[in-house]
Amino acid sequence: MGTLLLDGVSKRYGEAVAVDRVDLDIRQGELVALLGPSGCGKTTTLRMVAGFIEPTAGRVVIGGRDVTRLPPYARDTGMVFQSYALFPHMSVADNVGFGLEMRKVARAERDRRVAEALRLVRLDALADRLPRQLSGGQQQRVALARALVVSPAVFLLDEPLSNLDAKLRAEVGLEIRELQKRLGLTTLMVTHDQDEALAMADRLVVMEHGRVLQVGTAEDLYERPANTFVAGFVGRCNLLPGAREGADVFRLTSGAAVPCAPDAAAPGGLLAIRPERIEVAPDPAGAGRLRAMTYLGGRTEYHLDLAGEAIVAVSPTPLPDDPRRRLNAGDPVRITWIPDAARVIPTADAASVTPTPEKSPAR
Amino acid sequence: MGQVRAGPGPDTVTREAVTRMRAAPLSPLAAPALAGPGLSVRLGRLAFLAAVFLAYAIVFAPIVMVVVTSFFDQEIVTFPPDGLTIRWYLNAWAQRDFARGFLTSLQIALAATAIGVPLGTAAALALVRATIPGRGFINTVLLAPLAVPAIVAGSALYMFYLRAEDWLDMDIKATLGGLVAANVLITIPWTVRLVTASLAGLDRAAEEAAANLGARPLTVFTRITLPMLRPGIVAAALFSFVASFENLELNLLLVGPGRTTLPVAMLSYLEFRMDPTLAAVATAQILMVTILMLVTDRFVKLSRIV
Ligand SMILES: Nc1ncnc2c1ncn2[C@@H]1O[C@H](COP(=O)(O)OP(=O)(O)OP(=O)(O)O)[C@@H](O)[C@H]1O
Ligand SMILES: [Mg+2]
Repeated sequence: MGTLLLDGVSKRYGEAVAVDRVDLDIRQGELVALLGPSGCGKTTTLRMVAGFIEPTAGRVVIGGRDVTRLPPYARDTGMVFQSYALFPHMSVADNVGFGLEMRKVARAERDRRVAEALRLVRLDALADRLPRQLSGGQQQRVALARALVVSPAVFLLDEPLSNLDAKLRAEVGLEIRELQKRLGLTTLMVTHDQDEALAMADRLVVMEHGRVLQVGTAEDLYERPANTFVAGFVGRCNLLPGAREGADVFRLTSGAAVPCAPDAAAPGGLLAIRPERIEVAPDPAGAGRLRAMTYLGGRTEYHLDLAGEAIVAVSPTPLPDDPRRRLNAGDPVRITWIPDAARVIPTADAASVTPTPEKSPAR
Repeated sequence: MGQVRAGPGPDTVTREAVTRMRAAPLSPLAAPALAGPGLSVRLGRLAFLAAVFLAYAIVFAPIVMVVVTSFFDQEIVTFPPDGLTIRWYLNAWAQRDFARGFLTSLQIALAATAIGVPLGTAAALALVRATIPGRGFINTVLLAPLAVPAIVAGSALYMFYLRAEDWLDMDIKATLGGLVAANVLITIPWTVRLVTASLAGLDRAAEEAAANLGARPLTVFTRITLPMLRPGIVAAALFSFVASFENLELNLLLVGPGRTTLPVAMLSYLEFRMDPTLAAVATAQILMVTILMLVTDRFVKLSRIV
């Protein structure tokens, strides 16, 4: 059975901490994406699961078996490398069959499963080609088939779409997701592209500086970010400093009072509000002012000023006769949102974003 | 001499092009100004081709000269030739020393390649992959024979062999073993150099992918690493063989009566005669190396490696 458990897994290189006490529990058939900025430890985490990097501390458990000290070949993982890493001297079919050969699967059975895997990724016509005779997208699918064909307990994907062009990316992303669901593969995927992660994953893990900041579904992260980093990293977000003044009133440092969601746990800090949750309307008596308006076809972006605080709002572009279409830079506007759309994030959470004490402060 | 003439050509063209391009936006009549860069680009390309041709001519001139003079029908080479002949080839064939030298050189070069390439490949693997102390120093030592003048290395080996013969009370100089051992000093550095370069460019992810699919380290090496290194190793074998086969200086003092390499035999011939027989032998060698390279190139694209 394919479950994956990371238990306090850390990796340090001398003084530097690449991965810091990561805990993660992935259920059978679940796709979890590691998401975070460059250098946050995503690849290191993935490679510790595959066995290419030995953790400094913690345990890696695959299907109930502690594999922390096992070499890569003894772990039952199937990895798709960012560079695909196909064997250049072997045909597509031999590439895909390699894992089965290592598992001593008989010739006839092997041929059958290779053909099946190639059909799955729609490459059965190209079985005899060499990797260099394939396009990038085709090579990517060979890499997928090669990892899939051995039915690994855990499927690992390192930025699987990063070498594809924008159009192919969405398409292949969906294909991978479909395959993963159909085969019920327990999957850990790495990406720094939040759209990719939101679209494909059951759950997302947001990392920064080697630490897990939040684990949750796309909705959890988007609607209820645990801290300012997650709020800013997953989707766009306005973050306004100030303090709670009543159950659903937030006083901005600049003086204005605005509505916020009632939440006893968060007395003060930053008010997080998504651009698309903000309504903008022309109003000579409005407290806000329009600084600039960007027409983006289907959407229009409003760059607003509320008592000295810069705010971005996005809405579907209004019809031509809508008064908002006639707004000009400098016009006064009314800025509104429903209280539940604005969550107060305690600034204390910002501390978890700063480097851990183990890291030497100098340097 | 050729370069002096080639120099000002492209330079003038470039300057002309620059002046015209600068003038172009200012000119209200754009048409003639637009024709200008087109012409100078074409002139530039012509000058470039001429330079390339010249470079090839300079490289190939000596080889062509050797081949051509081997057919001249006179002992002292003068232009124009009195006539054309193949008698120098027949003479070379008749000289037992050349035939024996050829066989000896072939034996030595093959044996030295067979020993040096595996050793050099192993050394390159250790140097690139393992974390051994003094890696840079070992690398330098392994490549040193290429940097030391062969005649110096040959003299040192000569003295060393004489000493060793005394201590061990056995023949080393002018034996096949002694000569092969000396030539391994040529084949190892060539192999280390070429295989190290190959290894540096090797995609480690492919090896990791194999391990991920269940291959143990030895299987990864034989099934993935070695095949991916094959072009580098083949090139190393080719260059090792050629470098050893045509080497004169290193072997000069180590050969003896009855066991002489082809280059040394040619040098000895030159002491008494100055006729085009040597050109004929050289032509035969050029032919052999060319065929070797063409055959190798069929298996691995040499231009991608060296
Ligand atoms: N061999 C190493 N020695 C020292 N530091 C390392 C080593 N490998 C990685 N690191 C450090 O560990 C941190 C995490 O690296 P990692 O490759 O996991 O980042 P990542 O999240 O995959 O980033 P990216 O999105 O750029 O691929 C980085 O700060 C990196 O500099
Ligand atoms: Mg990475």
